Amino acid sequence: MQQAASTAVEKSTKTKLSINDVNMTFKRDGNSVNVLENIDLEAHEGEFVCILGPSGCGKSTLLNIVGGFLKQTSGAVKIDGEPVTGPDPRRIFVFQERGVFPWLTVEGNIGFGLFKLSNEEKARRIAHYVKLVGLAGFEHAYPQELSGGMKQRLEVARALAVNPDMLFLDEPFGALDSITRLIMRGELLRIWEAERKTILFVTHDIEESVQLADRVIVMSARPAKIRRIVNIDIPHPRDISSRRYLELRDGIFEEIGLAHKV
Amino acid sequence: MSGRWEKYFWPIFAIALFLGLWHIGVIVSQTRIFPAPLDVVKGLQELVRKGLLISYVGDSLLRVGVGYSFAIALGIPTGLILGWYPSSATAVNPLIQIMRPISPLAWIPLAIVWFGIGNASAIFLIFLASFFPVVVATVNGVRNVPPMFRNAGQNFGLSSEALLRRVIFPAALPQVLVGLRIALGIAWLVVVAAEMIAVDSGLGYLIIDSRNAGKRYDLVIAGMLLIGTIGLALDIGIRRMERWKSVRWGFTNE
Repeated sequence: MQQAASTAVEKSTKTKLSINDVNMTFKRDGNSVNVLENIDLEAHEGEFVCILGPSGCGKSTLLNIVGGFLKQTSGAVKIDGEPVTGPDPRRIFVFQERGVFPWLTVEGNIGFGLFKLSNEEKARRIAHYVKLVGLAGFEHAYPQELSGGMKQRLEVARALAVNPDMLFLDEPFGALDSITRLIMRGELLRIWEAERKTILFVTHDIEESVQLADRVIVMSARPAKIRRIVNIDIPHPRDISSRRYLELRDGIFEEIGLAHKV
Repeated sequence: MSGRWEKYFWPIFAIALFLGLWHIGVIVSQTRIFPAPLDVVKGLQELVRKGLLISYVGDSLLRVGVGYSFAIALGIPTGLILGWYPSSATAVNPLIQIMRPISPLAWIPLAIVWFGIGNASAIFLIFLASFFPVVVATVNGVRNVPPMFRNAGQNFGLSSEALLRRVIFPAALPQVLVGLRIALGIAWLVVVAAEMIAVDSGLGYLIIDSRNAGKRYDLVIAGMLLIGTIGLALDIGIRRMERWKSVRWGFTNE
């Protein structure tokens, strides 16, 4: 079971995403600020990639470029061989839990992107994803009545319901408490293993990246460059006190230049 | 326990104290012009007997209802468009900012020229008074929609029209409701003033007519108290909308 999960990733080597020499410069008050420098990155179909870097380094900018919300200054971003020209329902961006629509119920949120489907199909999908993310019984609740973790799961469900082939997650668990965050990571992996979307996950949390990803892209501080790419060759579910886990984690700590002692 | 009881006791106590002081004031000063509270009650009874109370209140409410409805029907779409296209807002904003501080009462002469003396003038003034607060609140509401909601809507492939209808409008709605509430308050203020000049029915007319025809200050004050009470009721009514589940998120601090 564990073996199957990890080998499935290795089997698919079809390139989903390719980022080629991408640079991003913002102009602010006449000064130009370099945010991204010579980013080269590929992701395979079904791969879980974490982009790890210090706060404000530009990793969210990169995710926004891939998501089609920002246009890079130079370089190419291609998905399935086609240049990204704007946001696309085939790839959904998941914000922190604040991205759910507070004026819609759980059902309304999950069904938001399903306006092209028949009512029966829509209801079927809503029911499926309500269950998948564990919100059964809360179909008619408004986000205000939900906890942070539930809102985050709701947003993931809203994204999955349109059956995208990629998910972009921008520090999705950043606003959650540490216990909920751990549970949510498990949930996300469970959903990923069920649906096999290609996932780009931005985080500043080293442990989180090593727990989740197939590969961790370690970024430098601004302007962000790729410092190193770390393959996490541990099958899921990962034993976070295993030697290999600690080795990989500490390697990244060292790469970033942090001591292991508090 | 005592909190609940006190919630009603103190407001009632304050009103009773006010009426008591008023009554004593009238007796002590031996005024022959200013009516005591009981005279006002008798005045109200007289209005009821003549059948004027219901018809005056009804006329005032009808004028507010019509003018205010026009203001909403035109103000919200205008605000949505101005908020959605920032360049249009930049173009129109100075004009709005010049029009806004002009008291609706300053429009009375023009209203009479355009609409004559009668209902249409009063309704026009109410429309004018409530239109700008609705527009301004809607523009601000649209502008304050977090970009995240807009991005999420676009991400799901919504057309501009659908984005406006399904994301921008509901996201701006709490702020729009605040504007509607302010506008209703202003509309009610203005109807009374408009009725003093342009028409021969309604609560504003009651006040001005009672003074002109026989110095009936009991009816003047009865009219004032009716205006205040109905204004309060309208405000309570419109605040109920803030409890709608689809807008409540905008009114509670998380």
